Amino acid sequence: MDRDPQEGADDDGATYRMAGSITISRAASTAREIAAEPDPLTIDLGDVRNMDTVGAWIVHRTVRDRNAKIVGASTEVKSLLEQVAEADHPARVRPEEPAGFIRMLVELGEWVAEIGVTLVGLLGFFGATLIGFANLIRRPKRFRVNAVIQRFDVVGVRALGIIGLMSFLIGIVIAQQGAVQLQQFGAEIYTINLIGRITVRELGTLMTAIMVAGRSGSAFAAQIGTMKITEEIDAMRTIGVSPVEALVIPRLIATVVMMPLLAFWAILLSLIGGGIFVWLDLGIPPLTYIQRLQEVIPITDLWIGIIKAPVFGFIIALAGCFQGMLVESNSEEVGTRTTTAVVQSIFLVIVLDSVFAVFFSSIGWR
Amino acid sequence: MTGIPKDCDPVITVRGLSNSFGEQVIHDNLDLTVCRGEILGVVGGSGTGKSVLMRSIIGLQTPGAGEVEVLGENMIDRNEDEAKNIRRRWGILFQNGALFSTLTVAENVEVPIREYFPFIDKQLMDEIASYKIAMSGLRADAGPKYPSELSGGMIKRAGLARALALDPELLFLDEPTAGLDPIAAAAFDDLIRSLQKKLDLTVFLITHDLDTLYAICDRVAVLADKKVIAVGTIPDLLASDHPWIQEYFNGPRGRAAKDTAERDGEIVGGVEA
Repeated sequence: MDRDPQEGADDDGATYRMAGSITISRAASTAREIAAEPDPLTIDLGDVRNMDTVGAWIVHRTVRDRNAKIVGASTEVKSLLEQVAEADHPARVRPEEPAGFIRMLVELGEWVAEIGVTLVGLLGFFGATLIGFANLIRRPKRFRVNAVIQRFDVVGVRALGIIGLMSFLIGIVIAQQGAVQLQQFGAEIYTINLIGRITVRELGTLMTAIMVAGRSGSAFAAQIGTMKITEEIDAMRTIGVSPVEALVIPRLIATVVMMPLLAFWAILLSLIGGGIFVWLDLGIPPLTYIQRLQEVIPITDLWIGIIKAPVFGFIIALAGCFQGMLVESNSEEVGTRTTTAVVQSIFLVIVLDSVFAVFFSSIGWR
Repeated sequence: MTGIPKDCDPVITVRGLSNSFGEQVIHDNLDLTVCRGEILGVVGGSGTGKSVLMRSIIGLQTPGAGEVEVLGENMIDRNEDEAKNIRRRWGILFQNGALFSTLTVAENVEVPIREYFPFIDKQLMDEIASYKIAMSGLRADAGPKYPSELSGGMIKRAGLARALALDPELLFLDEPTAGLDPIAAAAFDDLIRSLQKKLDLTVFLITHDLDTLYAICDRVAVLADKKVIAVGTIPDLLASDHPWIQEYFNGPRGRAAKDTAERDGEIVGGVEA
């Protein structure tokens, strides 16, 4: 592996002598050394023992760009040089991209256009599911009972554990934080008001929606997206099965039906969590706690919590299935679409929640 | 029948290889030798473990028993650093290309170069990727494309360009012509043959394609009954009386491929070579 660059003494300028094995392992140093030689350059390949295409390429481009002369090449080296010369078609590595400010404008424009396309697409998808529902009502035999029941299990029953645990802990946290603040006024009895109203009216449903979006909305997007990539959706269409009927509607129904039940479950567990905290920390016995809850929580609070749930469920399932259907080309897209589905559904849920809050207050359900 | 040519310089040596998935035995005491500078075709019915054999050789799967030697190095239980030295001496074309979908074709070709030779400057790296792409028979405008924008044949060629990135001595091809139309498949065969000659490659080629066998393979290994039941040139194999081999080469498709090859005077290794 010896290298031996020699400055030629004659009028031909420099001679770069290559020796030993000129392969990719020495590519960086060989390229640097050749670049350092002055023109006109002669490359002596007499002592080359073996060469690979990368070595040959470096020689080739020196000949091409700097008009270097080659001496002493063996037949094998010559044939390698010919091969790389034959393959000399410069290719771009990345697609062309405009630079700087223009690029920023382009990205902004694409972003706006994409938001528009997404909204229109979501609306179109909503329409398609309505048509799907209408078709099912006309031909109820095509309703996939088994698929729906299976989704009930996946979306609802299997979520009971995690949603229950989460709500229980949230109940404790609200009680604990509330008690600390209210004790300063000697008003710790109002901790029960706080727990009762906030969990029943707002947090139970909202936290359930967030959990379902993360758990089921993402799964919908990933499942349907993967099916798009493996052409299962196309296969369904060609067989005559409507993907909306077979995939989207069972998921929509399951989420819409399961959300209020899960929300109720979450409310219950939050109240239990809060109750246990006030019992242990403030010494309020469970019976008093329950009585007090009955007094302070108007029944309309429960209605508010439960009415919101199916709407949130619908949004979550719709966003999940919609993003899944948008997957087109590669596996990376499944990931990004899944993320988008979760972000989109949680965002829409929170927007709708504030709309509901204003609406219910204004109809007098305070 | 399973004889090794006298002047064989073994590049891959498999001895007593056994593989099983649960109850299902895939390989039982399998032997195989691949010689330097040859194109060895591996054939066998579906489920005879052709891909598993390749995965065992390249170390993606630890065999139940047996020895695997590649380029003079033992492959079983190697530590990761030593294995890397062997890995840069081979290139692998997976069945579906296995291109990295988030990178362009040219960037895919650069991945192995970057991994092993990070000091090569950007411009030289791009030039290397360009000529590898051209050598694999892709047009220069394929360089900045993403795999999702390529056709099946282009994906294979791009995969080949990546496999050739480090100027390997040894090339593994898993069904390179599967899913290509006959014209594209024949062109791909020619490409492999000419690259093999130009770059002095040893090729381990899994295939179902009888035309490929006739057109470019020096020797063919037949997998059946959990081992390599025969290795040899196609005329050697035609002389065998194993029922699967007879069925395979003398079935309607086998005969058609043979006729084509004879018409083109292409039978390698046996008749005229």
